[in-house]
Amino acid sequence: MRRAGIVALNTFREAVRDRVLYNLVFFALVMIAASILVGQVSIGIEEMVIVTLGLSAISVIGLLIAVFIGVGLVSKEMDKRTLYALLAKPVRRWELLLGKFGGLVLTLTVNTAAMAAGLFLALSLVKQGTEHVEASVLVAVYFILLKLALVVALALLFSCFTTPLLSILYTAGLYIAGLFVTEMRNFQSETMSRALQTLLRWLSYLLPNFENFDVMAAAAHGRAIPGVLIAQNSAYAALYCAVVLTVAAAIFTRRNLK
Amino acid sequence: MATAAIEIENLTKDYPFGFLHLKKKTSLEGLTMRVEEGEVFGFLGPNGAGKTTTIKLLVGLIFPTAGTARILGKSISDISMHADIGYLPEQPYFYDYLTATELLDYFARIHDLPAQERKARVDGMLKKVGLETARKIQLRKYSKGMLQRIGVAQAILHDPKVVILDEPMSGLDPVGRREVRDVILELKQAGKTVLFSTHILSDAEMLCDRVGVIVGGKLRGVGAPDEIVGMKAQGMEVLFEYAGAAGGLQPLLSKATQTGKRYRMQVPEADLYATLQQLGSAGAKVLSVTQVKSTLEEYFMHLVEADRAQAPAVEVSGK
Amino acid sequence: MSAGKSYLLLWAVLLLGFCGLWELQHAIDARRAHLHQEQDDLVLRSGPLLKTMSLEYAPLMADLYWTRVVQYYGNKRASHQANIELLWPLLDVTTTLDPNLIIAYRFGSMFLSEPPPSGAGKPELGIELLERGIRANPEYWRFYEDLGFIYYFELNDYRKAAEAFLEGSKKPGAMIWMKAFAARISEKGETLDTSVMLWSEIYSSVSEPSIKENAKIHLQLLRARADCEQLNKLAAEYKKRTGRPPGSVRDLVNVGLLPGLVVDPVGVVYFFDLEGQAQINPASPLFKEQRVDEKRP
Repeated sequence: MRRAGIVALNTFREAVRDRVLYNLVFFALVMIAASILVGQVSIGIEEMVIVTLGLSAISVIGLLIAVFIGVGLVSKEMDKRTLYALLAKPVRRWELLLGKFGGLVLTLTVNTAAMAAGLFLALSLVKQGTEHVEASVLVAVYFILLKLALVVALALLFSCFTTPLLSILYTAGLYIAGLFVTEMRNFQSETMSRALQTLLRWLSYLLPNFENFDVMAAAAHGRAIPGVLIAQNSAYAALYCAVVLTVAAAIFTRRNLK
Repeated sequence: MATAAIEIENLTKDYPFGFLHLKKKTSLEGLTMRVEEGEVFGFLGPNGAGKTTTIKLLVGLIFPTAGTARILGKSISDISMHADIGYLPEQPYFYDYLTATELLDYFARIHDLPAQERKARVDGMLKKVGLETARKIQLRKYSKGMLQRIGVAQAILHDPKVVILDEPMSGLDPVGRREVRDVILELKQAGKTVLFSTHILSDAEMLCDRVGVIVGGKLRGVGAPDEIVGMKAQGMEVLFEYAGAAGGLQPLLSKATQTGKRYRMQVPEADLYATLQQLGSAGAKVLSVTQVKSTLEEYFMHLVEADRAQAPAVEVSGK
Repeated sequence: MSAGKSYLLLWAVLLLGFCGLWELQHAIDARRAHLHQEQDDLVLRSGPLLKTMSLEYAPLMADLYWTRVVQYYGNKRASHQANIELLWPLLDVTTTLDPNLIIAYRFGSMFLSEPPPSGAGKPELGIELLERGIRANPEYWRFYEDLGFIYYFELNDYRKAAEAFLEGSKKPGAMIWMKAFAARISEKGETLDTSVMLWSEIYSSVSEPSIKENAKIHLQLLRARADCEQLNKLAAEYKKRTGRPPGSVRDLVNVGLLPGLVVDPVGVVYFFDLEGQAQINPASPLFKEQRVDEKRP
């Protein structure tokens, strides 16, 4: 566990040195442009526009980092053979995976926190005096972070047994599928056999449900998000990540490093 | 029998390949050998012979299809074994965003070295491999030779009892090679066990207590370098100049290789004086006479050739 | 640990993990239902903009939107929600993306035009959609059939309905009965026979499941209407004999007016309301399929 922590810190250092956090400049530009323009194009919904735009940008930027860096976490090290020296040391493979996961989640946390700060700054500029908004926006940001952690875990899992390109495709595919699980569950058609419907239902519970983390509309309208949901979503993300990482570790532990 | 530093029993590694992994390629076949404690052991063989496979099996990067191995009495699947070994990968590459100091510090943390000891140890290692001036430079700017040096440094950083080096001399200039040789001798003096692979035979002859020769995934011979050399007959090489007509020298000249006026010829030691006399009387100018020590290299070439001759048969049986 | 044992452990972890996730998901679903997020948000309502944005993949986008239409309608139908305001913008976008997607026009015009609960109750939008379909696919005669349908059933404009059937009958490949319908409708207006024939034609010619199902329900309702008319006649006879309206179908059987209980097409006995009028039993699944204006307390 201690070793996983060391690996995590090094992974964070790698991300920082590889200028991953530079995306914040892009985010800042988007928020500045939005804050300036919003007053001129929309009347009365300035806060809503800033919130939805900000949350969308946080989500998209985070997803790009989570998928592309997540897939490379282990595969890049296998490719460049930087892993050889490390794995000959007393590091268990699951410790390495956990460390890599933790390191990228740490990076994403820092990155998301910085973006959230920018979002609140932009909000304070256009704000006309509502209090609820802040709390639910903060929860929405937290949910995005949970979602990103789950995406990192999936990317890591795929990169343990397939090529980076396919890993990206699988991760992205699973993410998109995970946004439609409710539709999948309620998919009703006379043309579909009962067996297929049952299968789809089961599948919809097996897939990572990314809809759980979507509270953008509630955040935009400043509706309070119940504390129980925060706890449930945290538990969901933690449990799903644990399952995915267990499978990843099981695969990676048996893998021969060519 | 005392515990061997490295004990390998019937170690075999197949790589599945092809569609659905139905075919397999055997890259190591039933390797059994021992490396005693305090020994410097050279692992020799051409490219693709199975040296790197053996080493990767030992350090747990790949897993054997069959067989077992123990290092210092601990199974290679035992994670605590890793605390006692140092490993230099072949053509090592390290995180290019780190500096040499940071890399060694990272590995020192992984090895659980106490904080106060870490800095001194890292500095000492950098000095030992001659990188103290480049310590603050990111590894992305390192040359191949410098990477090799930092690789050696990380392998011995935690003072392991067994050091496994995969091609430690490759990519180094003569100075670098001497430095690595010095490191190995130093380790030997400190009572460590060193296993290193190489295809530079002179290094092996110079450093090793024993060598193992591996060709085509099979161990072909183990022993002290001179024992192995002793297996081959000795001879003398004669270099001479001769411009005249072949005449009575014809039988001799036909055995020699000619370069312009110069001829090079190898004769058994017993025939040397008779040959020299013959040359002298024919008016040839003898330039040099050298003893041909049958080297590891020849032994090695001999094995490789034997294996090549056998290769088609191996291919068929592989199916 | 042996390999077998570690595999067993892995499967155990997976099983437990997914059981936990299953439980959690149900809890989250329940919690999220209270969040009242606007689920039906249609982000982009401009068909032309979407068409530009989808580059050369507009037909593919149209297919995606079409599945959205079917899902949207199906979900609303399944959960008996009355508000289907997004049906029109979805169809608008779909047919702009792919003007040749025939099924979208046919499906759309039917469910836009019909009154709740099955449709949006906006026949004028249905007609607009069909006219767009006709402009894009002038040779497709069945659009005229659908057009005639809307005029006949929803607007009760029999002159226009007859015109539509007649116009369609001139298109290549049009069935011969199109002309017959045109004549019948212009002559007699709405009759039960004509209605039954129209729905039967839809039922037998269409393969899209929700349209077919809809036609089936309409046919059942028409039969129920005919049954009720018969029952009302018997009820009048009963009242003449006993001096009071019948309380149930069984009353009619008891006095020998009926050989047995009469059931609606889904097998539920009809009932009589307080005024003695025959009705579809509220316990019957058909009951809630009736048009709002046909339902009586």
